[in-house]
Amino acid sequence: MSTIEKMSIRETVLAEIRAVAAGQDKSLPSLTDDMVLLESGLDSLCFAILVSRLEDETGRDPFAAARASDFPRTLGELVKFYEPAHV
Amino acid sequence: MFEPLTLGGLIARHGAGEREISTRDHRLRLADFAALSPFGPERARLAGRSVVLAVGDMAKAAAALIDLDGLARRIFLVPPGFAPDHLAQAAERLEADALVYEDVPPFAAEVALTVTLPMRPRGESFPMRATEWALPTSGTSGPPKLAIHTLQTLAGALGPTPHQEWATFYDVRRYGGLQIFLRALAGSGSLRVAGQHEPMDSFLARIGALGVTHVTGTPTHWRKALIAGAAQRIAPQYVRLSGEIADDSALSGLAAAFPGARVEHAYASTEAGVVFGVTDGRSGFPADWLTRKGEVEMRLVEGALQVRSARRALRLIGADGPLVDEDGFLDTGDMVEIRGGRCYFQGRRGGIINVGGAKVHPEVVEAVLNALPGVRVARVFARANPIMGALVAAEIVLDEPGLASREREREIVSAARAQLPPHMAPARVAFVAELPMTSAGKLKRHG
Repeated sequence: MSTIEKMSIRETVLAEIRAVAAGQDKSLPSLTDDMVLLESGLDSLCFAILVSRLEDETGRDPFAAARASDFPRTLGELVKFYEPAHV
Repeated sequence: MFEPLTLGGLIARHGAGEREISTRDHRLRLADFAALSPFGPERARLAGRSVVLAVGDMAKAAAALIDLDGLARRIFLVPPGFAPDHLAQAAERLEADALVYEDVPPFAAEVALTVTLPMRPRGESFPMRATEWALPTSGTSGPPKLAIHTLQTLAGALGPTPHQEWATFYDVRRYGGLQIFLRALAGSGSLRVAGQHEPMDSFLARIGALGVTHVTGTPTHWRKALIAGAAQRIAPQYVRLSGEIADDSALSGLAAAFPGARVEHAYASTEAGVVFGVTDGRSGFPADWLTRKGEVEMRLVEGALQVRSARRALRLIGADGPLVDEDGFLDTGDMVEIRGGRCYFQGRRGGIINVGGAKVHPEVVEAVLNALPGVRVARVFARANPIMGALVAAEIVLDEPGLASREREREIVSAARAQLPPHMAPARVAFVAELPMTSAGKLKRHG
């Protein structure tokens, strides 16, 4: 996989997180890889919307196939979750 | 001697005169039924039989219905779009021993006749009987249930009315259209219905030229009619909506298009019959109607509307349980919420979207979206989601399709969020050119 694709997935995830936060009137801390998702100010509804938006953008829903115990905890893990290599 | 109520008897209330039922292609003169039949002398073979009436053309179906009521033991009025796979099963359950068809018989029957127009001399007369009518219930998948009515339950409550010239967007083979068919026969005017595949604008032009005064359809029909220029083509005194929830945007749209017309939204179902009509121009109905006593009584049980009525079906064939409970109440499956002394329909019990345990009625969200500026019509549905189980999603037809954009989606979601709890606002909005309608004239639902 090329670096550009990796970059674009990261950018997509960050853009969608910002879009969801804006749409739900949530403020976000700075988005770093070690940011814990459930401490980011996004509630579970926001997170659910984010997953649906990412499915629309990437054509993939890695959550559907994963066990809840394997769900990503941090932003870095979330980005990795959507990278094609994950599947 | 006991004279059962028959369609002939309904017509006789005001006399047949010059009244007619017309489609684009056919005119049925009500006076002709005294001596003519769409089966000619062959009609004698249908006397006392349980008849499956499976005819594509609405005028032919109407002619057969008028001729068979009082003659046949039972009529199964097959609506257009009825799944052919279920037809033979339904016929068996109804102990059908005769079939009326149009082109190709859908199954083998002891007596099978076609309907022909114009009608021919009908031959010998038979004593009149109270015919049972079997009507498939709508809305659920799987083999349909059949509601058994008589003309007494269907039309017994119809009283004298001032002169009315009716037109309907409905098909007379479904409960909603059948009600209008019966009202027209019991009244003093004519009835105009659409021809097969007749475009909305030409139907409106046709009925406008005929001077119709009373026009009926679903909210979805009416939206389509308003887009097709109904305000310029017809001038009804009375506009009736039923079959779907009439929200405030639908009612105000009709009031604006037809100033001076009385706009009524009615609540009825194949099983429960006609329950009530609301004429105050507002959606929903007064909450104190829940305590009214009389021929039709209502109550709410766990948010669902239950009805006790003399107009309900006598029984339901193919259902798991009884039609009514021990108190005689029938569960409609329609969910109602009381706000400010008024009952508002929320949608079907089975249509609820479960967002992480919170229940959302698509129709409630649709009413909010439909009222937003620039939105022509919205359809709300569940979108599966691994986190919450489901999310609310919407498809929207804009007044100006060219304005669809991500920015527009954001505006609409934001406007919906201002009026709805977060889980009820659509998570995603897709813009579409049009939304599909079922053959019953209702917004087609997902799944």
